[in-house]
Amino acid sequence: MRVMAENPMGRQRSGWRYKLYRAGRGIQRNWGLYLLLLPAVVLLFCFNYLPMYGVQIAFRDFSPSQGIQGSPWVGPANFQKFFNSFQSKNLIWNTVSLSLYSLIAGFPFPIILALMVNQIRVKRFKQVLQVVTYLPHFISTVVMVGIMLILLSPSNGIYGNLARVLGVQNPVNIMGEASAFQHVYVWSDVWQHAGWDSIIYIAALAAVDPSLYEAATVDGASKIQRLWHIDVPFLIPTAVILLIMRAGNVMNLGFEKVYLMQNPLNTSISEVISTYVYKIGMISNQYSLSAAVNLFNTVINFVLLLLVNGFSKKLGDTSLW
Amino acid sequence: MSAQTIHKSQKVSKADVVFNIILYGICGLILLLIAYPLYFIIIASFSNPSEVSNGNVWFWPSQFTLDGYKELLRHGSIWMGYWNTILYTVVGTAIGLIVNISAAYSLSRRDLVGRKLITFYFIFTMFFNGGLIPTYFTIRDFHLYDTFWVMVLPFSVMVYNMIVARTFFDSSLPKDLLDAAQIDGCGNLRFFFSIALPLSKAVIAVIALYIAVAQWNSYFNALVYIRSENLKPLQLVVRNILITNQSLVGAGDGMAAQEAMRLANLMKYAVIIVTTVPIMCMYPFVQKYFSQGVMIGAIKG
Repeated sequence: MRVMAENPMGRQRSGWRYKLYRAGRGIQRNWGLYLLLLPAVVLLFCFNYLPMYGVQIAFRDFSPSQGIQGSPWVGPANFQKFFNSFQSKNLIWNTVSLSLYSLIAGFPFPIILALMVNQIRVKRFKQVLQVVTYLPHFISTVVMVGIMLILLSPSNGIYGNLARVLGVQNPVNIMGEASAFQHVYVWSDVWQHAGWDSIIYIAALAAVDPSLYEAATVDGASKIQRLWHIDVPFLIPTAVILLIMRAGNVMNLGFEKVYLMQNPLNTSISEVISTYVYKIGMISNQYSLSAAVNLFNTVINFVLLLLVNGFSKKLGDTSLW
Repeated sequence: MSAQTIHKSQKVSKADVVFNIILYGICGLILLLIAYPLYFIIIASFSNPSEVSNGNVWFWPSQFTLDGYKELLRHGSIWMGYWNTILYTVVGTAIGLIVNISAAYSLSRRDLVGRKLITFYFIFTMFFNGGLIPTYFTIRDFHLYDTFWVMVLPFSVMVYNMIVARTFFDSSLPKDLLDAAQIDGCGNLRFFFSIALPLSKAVIAVIALYIAVAQWNSYFNALVYIRSENLKPLQLVVRNILITNQSLVGAGDGMAAQEAMRLANLMKYAVIIVTTVPIMCMYPFVQKYFSQGVMIGAIKG
């Protein structure tokens, strides 16, 4: 005690020393927990963090035989090449418009579905509705696009049948129509995933205090009023978090479905950044250009996420972290 | 006074009746919109393909046939893909569970020194990555390109699932349990394996389902990292049949080509069913675990 009073600096040092000592003891005591973390940490290091080091090939003229360090440094040349190419504007526009369209169209349906499922009192019907709406989620992207090709074919399938019944002579080939690409992409996604995405909202609604409904009923609130004034406000925090997560991924459009839906007739609309990165990188082996386009995309995406998250933090107190 | 109350409640119930009619009407329509296309594929797979293209198949199979499935049986590459996918799914799910659940448990412990830093290490990879080409060369450097292991090991860390599990451990394992076990001299590993895991069957089942579905349906990794025919998973084979129409290549011309086309169309329906039904069958086993606790975990994280 006397020493501390005489030498405040010493006290401070012994403070961080003590902290370090405590941390060391903590690690020693919980070594088992670090052992449990080890596989995940090592795998992420090898296959996520090491490739981040490789991102520098975006600034080099990379060839596999010379390796990363051996390839000449070219600075922003690859980025300039991309932005000067006639495709770049089109690619960015295709990516952003398709993403925003999916976000806006896809976001409300799971919420509406959950609100409706929550209102159904016939138990059997509720179960059937839930299981049927979940099922399409398990269909793989490959099979889903296959189903779309078959069912929307003008000569076969449901679309062809309906067109014939309605007396349409030459029904348009929807899957080959560039102007239909985005609509087909987005609405088939809603069809496939709205049910599954509603699970999280249904779970949230299960936590509503039943006495709220009772009180509202006593006050003479109708079903629709109860839904609007109790259920909807209850879902807002969940909805905001999910919206942030999706908005932060606007540039991160899934590769698989777009790639599988592409055909020579719709590439003007269906070529997005992720398919372009794949084609120039893996098929025409322009590694550095591909890495540069990819990096541009990742950075924009990251900045968007920070912006959206910061914005929602300011508005309310919902935030990802 | 009492008359007024009755009158009021009648008015309310009338609005509710209208509400119910609209509610059940819309839900019935949704049911039909989702179920009918699925049902159509099932009946079309048992129908004569020319009946399907003539628009005679609506509610039940027309001119019942099993030709599509028979043709499928002759298609060797499908069965190779099937076998590969089963292996990838079983091994991939096992690895994914070990890696993610054990890390999730550690992250759920408040007394883990450096917990925030390690959590950041994981979460950061959700939003930033090296991208396709650098990852591709890393995989090559590790000599994993075109091997069995590339499908099950490098991308087995799924941070989203890890967070779901972490939140579950954090909120549903009573803190006193750990205290009591530690007083009795139980170490962390033993506590994890013999107390935490048996109490967490729900979250393990749900995450196993997520991983298994992702593995069964995975396509992109195989497209980029697999070349050998004998390593190709089901989805790559199915893509050739459904989307690029590869089964038609070399069918010749005239009658033979027409017959091949007819069979190829029929086989498409059969392929859809054979590849999708097994993974759909997993859902009922896990359904009971989709309780609120597990799902809410996803957003609290």
